Amino acid sequence: MKVADHAQRAKEFNKDEKRVDWHDETLWFIRQKRDRASHNIPQWEELRNTASQIKNHTLSNLHHYLQEFERNAQANGVTIHWAANAEEHNNIILKLLQERNISQMVKSKSMLTEECHLNDFLGDHGIEVIDSDLGERIVQLAKEPPSHIVLPCIHKKKEEIGELFHEHLGTPKGSADPQLLTEAARQSLRNVFLTRKAALTGVNFAIAETGEFVVCTNEGNADMGVHLADIHIASMGIEKLIPQRRHLGLFLRLLTRSATGQPITTYSSHFAKPAKGKAMHIILVDNGRSRQLGRPDFRASLKCIRCSACFNTCPVYRRSGGHSYNAVIAGPIGSILSPNFDMKKHADLPFASTLCGSCSNVCPVKIDIHDQLYKWRQVIVQEGYADPKKTVAMQVMAKTLASPTMYRIAGKAARTTLKYAPFVVNNKLNAWYLHRDMPEVPKSSFGEWYSKNRKNND
Amino acid sequence: MTSKEQILAAVKASQPDLKELPSLDFFYQDNLNQDEDLAQFIETVEFIGAKTYRVNSYEEIIAQLQQDFDLKGKRVISPLNEFSTIAEKYTGADNHTLADAELIILPTHFAVAENGACWIDDHLFDERLMLFIPQHLAFVLKKEEVVPTMHRAYERIAGKSYGYGAFVAGPSKTADIEQSLVLGAHGPRSLRVFII
Repeated sequence: MKVADHAQRAKEFNKDEKRVDWHDETLWFIRQKRDRASHNIPQWEELRNTASQIKNHTLSNLHHYLQEFERNAQANGVTIHWAANAEEHNNIILKLLQERNISQMVKSKSMLTEECHLNDFLGDHGIEVIDSDLGERIVQLAKEPPSHIVLPCIHKKKEEIGELFHEHLGTPKGSADPQLLTEAARQSLRNVFLTRKAALTGVNFAIAETGEFVVCTNEGNADMGVHLADIHIASMGIEKLIPQRRHLGLFLRLLTRSATGQPITTYSSHFAKPAKGKAMHIILVDNGRSRQLGRPDFRASLKCIRCSACFNTCPVYRRSGGHSYNAVIAGPIGSILSPNFDMKKHADLPFASTLCGSCSNVCPVKIDIHDQLYKWRQVIVQEGYADPKKTVAMQVMAKTLASPTMYRIAGKAARTTLKYAPFVVNNKLNAWYLHRDMPEVPKSSFGEWYSKNRKNND
Repeated sequence: MTSKEQILAAVKASQPDLKELPSLDFFYQDNLNQDEDLAQFIETVEFIGAKTYRVNSYEEIIAQLQQDFDLKGKRVISPLNEFSTIAEKYTGADNHTLADAELIILPTHFAVAENGACWIDDHLFDERLMLFIPQHLAFVLKKEEVVPTMHRAYERIAGKSYGYGAFVAGPSKTADIEQSLVLGAHGPRSLRVFII
């Protein structure tokens, strides 16, 4: 049995109602900024369509593009590594660092290294990793995972961050001014950048045609780390490829407008060749992606460019918080990616949705997220990973719906019960009711109403 | 079987039938208008936190920088000869020595109207860190070098060979603490774009 599911963890988050409202409103504000930014672009829908088709094409020819990318990157003087899984990815990095006697590394945002649990792995081998994105540094100091892929500490109030910085960076007690806290992080991390020999970054896009890759940040933290280090390690999932440099035009127009509503990130850095006297390594990671590519219903999830628009729009995410998903990537996209990694552990996630479809509507590469959520539900029930209480209830319902007599009797019984004895349904023992308000009870069923009124009209 | 062979075999077995790569022609049906593009660039880059100045000469830029900053005793760096009266050139081998740079002035290739970004690659500067490490950054942009969209931007650099290049749009920033915008996260606290 699972220890807790999404609904139970969301309930924990919902104990502080004011905080939930604040979380909800903050993310909705970002969703609105996204709307304004996208409405400013007359070709927005054509951009989404074309970007979606470029990703579909790339996935259908990934075998070719991976080899083209490798060839071109190698010609640029970059070393390419292939990692079938997280363990191999982590060991490649450990070896690169140990060969150079490096025991400290600075890292910019990379959800892939979260997926591989790289920091813990390197920590166990005596290597210290410092996350340089401000939000990631904050959750690292708090010993928490990021709760959002673009805004890692969106669940934290500034007073809590002030407390953390007081403890770790020596800021005055009780100070919660974002300007002051950011300045403290700047000073502390500048010292980190200047003293680290190795820097790791993620990859937003990799270009098969040129062998280069692009990293997008607002803070400049990826570049500060990389240019001051002797070795740059870039970790990327194999799905990050796009065919040509000019395709970046579409993706960079879409990415940040969808993410935060900015027209573009402050820095879109194109890394083609290592700087003089420095080394550049790229690790191409599968870790379940080829398996997802082989699932026709779910392969479109690999088109994701990690903008997080689906998080910010999702009524469930906004009110349950990233940690309630208990997955490396939360939100709607995480709920369709995570069951591929571990269907049993993440069996609850495709159910953490109202299937309202808002996620699919804002997705810049047109992933059918809510359809996939629905399809994962079928797979999870078939594979026997569904919540047993739900399975029994569904079986009873299936029998009832299959028999007209049973259906009439059940309907009448439900109306009578809800009218005269609502406590039978509206009680804490009914897990289904906990998350729902029961409707007003109609006097009769539609069937009864129709047969009565039909007679009058004949 | 190596991991590479294993991954490629799995991808080949899993990938669906080939889907067509779409044409991008649609995105090039735009009207190019230098004045409008420049006006949009200025509006956008100021919106994202940069300052712009229309100037006629490098002397004007120097005068403006001397007015904006107290540069006495501060380190100013530029690869451009035009700034030799206020800036040194960086020729060092260890870029850690740039840590105390107060102001760096760099040329740019072109700017993008729709998002306020300037493109600069290593044909114009040797040390990549120069874009990131100074407390303040200034760009010089030729007024006719503005393209309307990112599609036009990549048209400019589609076949170009570079080791490193970047679109830079405004000063370094973060909003990670309760979505409060703070300029000067890890990189420059300010960006000035001098349009000449």
